[in-house]
Amino acid sequence: MIEERPLYIPEQNIVLEHNHEIDPEQLDDYFKIDGFAALNHVLTEMTPPEVIDQLSRSGLRGRGGAGYPTGLKWQTVAKAQGSPKYVICNGDEGDPGAFMDRNVMEAYPFKVLEGMTIAAYAIGASQGFIYVRAEYPLAVQRLKNAIRQMEKHNYLGKNIAGTPFSFDIDVRLGAGAFVCGEETALIASIEGRRGNPRPRPPYPAEHGLFGCPTLINNVETFANVAPILRNGAEWFASIGTEKSKGTKVFALSGRIARAGLIEVPMGTTLREIVFEIGGGIPDGKAYKAVQTGGPSGGCIPSDYLDVPVDYESLLNLGSFMGSGGMIVMDETSCMVDVARYFMEFCMSESCGKCVPCRVGTAQMYQLLTKIVHGDATLNDLALLETLCDMVRTTSLCGLGQGAPNPVMSTLRYFRDEYIAHIVEKRCPAGVCPVHKHVQQEVSA
Amino acid sequence: MSVVTLKIDDRDVSGRDDETILEIARENGIVIPTLCYLEGLSIAGACRLCLVEVKGSSKLLPACATRVSEGMEVSTQSERLTHYRRMIIEMLFAEGNHICSVCVSNGHCQLQDAAVALGVDHIGVPYLYPNRTVDASHELFGIDHNRCILCARCVRVCDEVEGAHTWDVGARGIEARVITDFRTPWGDSDTCTSCGKCVQVCPTGALFAKGKSAGEMMKQSEFVQYLVAMRGRQS
Ligand SMILES: Cc1cc2nc3c(=O)[nH]c(=O)nc-3n(C[C@H](O)[C@H](O)[C@H](O)COP(=O)(O)O)c2cc1C
Ligand code: SF4
Ligand code: SF4
Ligand code: SF4
Ligand code: FES
Repeated sequence: MIEERPLYIPEQNIVLEHNHEIDPEQLDDYFKIDGFAALNHVLTEMTPPEVIDQLSRSGLRGRGGAGYPTGLKWQTVAKAQGSPKYVICNGDEGDPGAFMDRNVMEAYPFKVLEGMTIAAYAIGASQGFIYVRAEYPLAVQRLKNAIRQMEKHNYLGKNIAGTPFSFDIDVRLGAGAFVCGEETALIASIEGRRGNPRPRPPYPAEHGLFGCPTLINNVETFANVAPILRNGAEWFASIGTEKSKGTKVFALSGRIARAGLIEVPMGTTLREIVFEIGGGIPDGKAYKAVQTGGPSGGCIPSDYLDVPVDYESLLNLGSFMGSGGMIVMDETSCMVDVARYFMEFCMSESCGKCVPCRVGTAQMYQLLTKIVHGDATLNDLALLETLCDMVRTTSLCGLGQGAPNPVMSTLRYFRDEYIAHIVEKRCPAGVCPVHKHVQQEVSA
Repeated sequence: MSVVTLKIDDRDVSGRDDETILEIARENGIVIPTLCYLEGLSIAGACRLCLVEVKGSSKLLPACATRVSEGMEVSTQSERLTHYRRMIIEMLFAEGNHICSVCVSNGHCQLQDAAVALGVDHIGVPYLYPNRTVDASHELFGIDHNRCILCARCVRVCDEVEGAHTWDVGARGIEARVITDFRTPWGDSDTCTSCGKCVQVCPTGALFAKGKSAGEMMKQSEFVQYLVAMRGRQS
């Protein structure tokens, strides 16, 4: 089990609370970090539109990947016709190497549930679900325990804190596939159907769980809600960059001296993250790139280490915020191999429903395999690029639309490595089997 | 519900706001290629052949799954769309093992028709030559997975119209296959009523009635829309 490992105490720790010793299984301990102060305040002193207005003015954006404005999403669900309405917390976290949401659910279950309850009040829902990967038994156990304690103390259930507002939360276990984290697939899975995505629109905000208006937010998004309502929208909006407010939790891994979870204000540069917080690259090796955004993300080379990290800057660099994975790579990493690794992941996690993603990821994986083996031609590279464009443009959901991204971003910054494999039959990092072929030929 | 006016390929057309781009286009004789869509069944949005351009949207939208709205401007034909549609057809041919000359549906196959209509004259992606099986255990029908394009029409008609839910999709990604019951042979199925609806709606030669040789399998998929319409009138 990965316990929380405080590495660096940022000035603003909103989601993680490294500097407080609290027992995640005790509701009383949650009071030490102002637990339920926001919920009490909201239920007794604020109208639902006022809550939504605070959220909108805070500038909070969805931490599940795409950064959709949270206040706007809440407003859409609040205004949508139809009842009942539902709140869903997305704790499916399936990116390879990601454990941000797991940590938040395990260490601060009450905080996530308090955020969901405030959301339910704001949009007018009486039932919520938290959808957690079955691979996270401790998170499931702590959430269930927290729900029981909240029910006992009347922070969930009928007439919460003596007000007319009632709300219940149930835990649902994930069906195991990465694609079940996609919102429409997740909803299908809660309904008991195969977890396949469906075309949007209609969006869940209008037509979600059981056809009813549904709010779906990420774990970290909900964990930001209570602090925002406690400290005010202006406080939150004062942290971060112009368009990305607050902090972000990242999981630092790969070739880095200090790997682990960190929480930094939006706009912190990659250089600060990698070299100051993460302690730089070990063994005297040189930095090559950092991969952000997981299987839909990209690799950022050293030229851009000083760019402040936020949703827009990462997109401009051909990468993606995603859920917050950051894999650091040094000179011993081959970028073609990295692209192939992520393509293999997308190929095996594709649900198989739509043609471009089902067949296209398999085709691209085959081409990348040819390249790393030194069997590809420049025509194969041209076909790979055509497929990237096609799969990204025509796939049904974010999995297929994002799958070409690791290839496109490495082609953008490390094209010479592809050319070396194809034309010179050489892997510059010495990782790919093509290298060994040639070595053998030379020594033979 | 309200009536909206929009432009499809520069023509002024009108429709109800609960209708899709595809429905309005067809009403007006505008042809958009489709494979997974079948009138009377739920929308899958899976084949992506019906993608169209909509002014103001950076994304291409599936005509079968996108509702019309007031003032919408839709283009159903462009070089870019033809390029993507051809690639989708090429991918489908490369994914299975389609040897048309020996197929029961040769000459009556919607995949073949779409390829001809789109001018696909060669397959530009490598063939994947998957190892797929044939299930001939059912008394009347058979399925040749080599020719299946995973449009899930069989799954939907069996569930939504026949109510038997014999078919489903098993596994995922490039390994996905349609399955009967619990991945058990079709002939052992307790749920199948042998109505043959799945065979009739299958756009390719994947599902066939036994006893047909090359080119003999003619299918009637229009029954679905009549059945659904008649039932709707009853209730
Ligand atoms: C393939 C795929 C996997 C996803 N997995 C997750 C996930 O594990 N957790 C998550 O919160 N969002 C995930 N998302 C994004 C969700 O669809 C959805 O946008 C998000 O939960 C909305 O929450 P937010 O607005 O708070 O970010 C995934 C999207 C795709 C396309
Ligand atoms: S893009 Fe991939 S994961 Fe998404 S619906 Fe299509 S096949 Fe399934
Ligand atoms: S014959 Fe009828 S019941 Fe049997 S699988 Fe086909 S559609 Fe379903
Ligand atoms: S068997 Fe026919 S109808 Fe069923 S998914 Fe395959 S191609 Fe479509
Ligand atoms: S017909 Fe619209 S996606 Fe298949």
